[in-house]
Amino acid sequence: MMHPTLLSAKNLSVRFGGVLAVNNVSFDVRPGEVFTLIGPNGAGKTTVFNLISRIYTPTTGEIEFLGEKLTDQAPHQIASLGIARTFQNIELFEHASVLHNLLIGAHTQSKTGFWSEVFFTPKVMAAEMETREKVEKVIDFLDLHHPRDSLVAGLPYGVRKVVEMARALCTEPKLLLLDEPSSGLNVEETDDMAFWIQDIQSELGITVLMVEHDMSLVSKVSDRVLAMNQGEVIAMGTPREVQTHPAVIEAYLGTIDDVSSLRRTA
Amino acid sequence: MRFIFKTNYAQDIHLAKHGGHVFWYSLLVVLLIAAPWVIAEYWLAQLTFILIYAIAGLGLMLLAGFTGQFSIGHAAFLGVGAYTQAVFTNMGVPFPIALALAGSLSAAVGVVVGLPALRVKGIYLGIATIAFGFIVEEVFARWESVTGGNSGIHIKSPNLFGWQLKSGEEFYFLCLVITVIVTLGIVNILRSPTGRAFVAIRDSEISAQSMGIHLARYKTLSFAISAALAGIAGALYAHKLQFISPDQFNIIQSIDLLLMVVIGGLGSVHGAFFGAIFLIAMPQLIAMTKDYLPAVIGQAPGLQSVVYGMVLIGFVLGEPLGLYGRWFKIRTYLQTFPFYRKGMFKRQKAFQKSDRLK
Repeated sequence: MMHPTLLSAKNLSVRFGGVLAVNNVSFDVRPGEVFTLIGPNGAGKTTVFNLISRIYTPTTGEIEFLGEKLTDQAPHQIASLGIARTFQNIELFEHASVLHNLLIGAHTQSKTGFWSEVFFTPKVMAAEMETREKVEKVIDFLDLHHPRDSLVAGLPYGVRKVVEMARALCTEPKLLLLDEPSSGLNVEETDDMAFWIQDIQSELGITVLMVEHDMSLVSKVSDRVLAMNQGEVIAMGTPREVQTHPAVIEAYLGTIDDVSSLRRTA
Repeated sequence: MRFIFKTNYAQDIHLAKHGGHVFWYSLLVVLLIAAPWVIAEYWLAQLTFILIYAIAGLGLMLLAGFTGQFSIGHAAFLGVGAYTQAVFTNMGVPFPIALALAGSLSAAVGVVVGLPALRVKGIYLGIATIAFGFIVEEVFARWESVTGGNSGIHIKSPNLFGWQLKSGEEFYFLCLVITVIVTLGIVNILRSPTGRAFVAIRDSEISAQSMGIHLARYKTLSFAISAALAGIAGALYAHKLQFISPDQFNIIQSIDLLLMVVIGGLGSVHGAFFGAIFLIAMPQLIAMTKDYLPAVIGQAPGLQSVVYGMVLIGFVLGEPLGLYGRWFKIRTYLQTFPFYRKGMFKRQKAFQKSDRLK
């Protein structure tokens, strides 16, 4: 690999008014790994995601992806750099079919000009067929044949989660950001999700950065885990190391004898 | 029942999905071509108006129905097109060139109006476009040296490089050809990446953006196309009426246009046509039934507005997808007979969207 790190965040901070949502967070994501952010609600995990996908701009600090500064990029350019994401509360295109959603996912690869589209030239037709074939590969990969032509608005929650992940894969990313892939899923669906994340890593070779609460899923798929609390990094390491780290246990459960330590960092 | 056996991805891309489409649309085209010989001149004029409104409707449909940006000032684009056409035609510019100029100028104005859409959405965009409509109407009334002010302006008949289209039949065919071209252009855009980007913006801006869609670019593009089509429709409208004045492009006209796409069915190309038929046929129907109603109702002033209002309320409550939605249900009933279920189109409650990113 040319770059030992795929994504590196350096001293990230973001302030919303008086709230310091993310405070001096630094981490590196290595190519090919599954890197997980954990932490109690409000720890700033999703904010870190939104910083990477340029929905927010960091107050201080920098994010580099393959040697490029993300803060120099407009939000819509992030996808073509090779970063795709899903959303915590599912942001699909509700009034379109699953296939249509996935085709939109392939938008960054479209090269056809406006006027050739108006006349739907053979070139556009060929490009459409090519896009469709790419999308069908993702449908094969995630087993979405059955709901392919149904409207997203009528699909059950579990399927939507998979569709959203499929749509992100259609952008042909190098880094996939999954915001709570298992939230709202039952035990079986969560197990499926774990398999898919492992497949994405091993078969497609895509690096995964995710936010997750379900610790069984986290320890099953993650190579490294970063724990956050109140906007700060409190621990980093393998899932086991992080789970047994005193600061993490304290962040989730608190300590009996020292209440003030809740505001302390490790 | 019809089962479509798919063996090729191209089947999903082609416009005609099955033999039925080919048959019915061919029949429609044949009927439209035969119309001048079949129906009386008055009804042909009404049909011409339907085509003209359908072109404007397609534009507004693309903007409101597919990109999710509501414009309540669309009559302004119609007016810009109409006045541009009038001024250039009277200067002796041939029809195609004047039409291209009318479309382009409207598109340029559309880009300018689209700028607030990059900042505001929903009802605020509606207010901004209403304000724009008022400004343009005022410009038509005050810029007397060009527009003739409130006394209006006459427009010569279209001149196709020396061939003067004087009769209603000739003009009808001109409108028909333009309508067909515009419709094909729109459906082509809708099945291309650009059209999908519009739909993406309508349904979720935040995820459209993270899929790599440049929001500002596509919103502006949608406004430009929409305005251009309204401009083209305006140009034809001016030729049809042969006389235009600022009060034809007031807020009532804008509301009529919006009413047309909402009643036709937001988010469907068919809807623009159904809406145009409704908009033109409704006053005729009211006029025809007027004499059979008791005088208290039939001769009451504002009967048309009341009927329009009631129909709109009825659609919003009972059939939010408009005439196209109703047609779609009937068609599904016939296609799946006898397996249609009552709850087939029941709308599911959307999952709660907490703290949507703005």
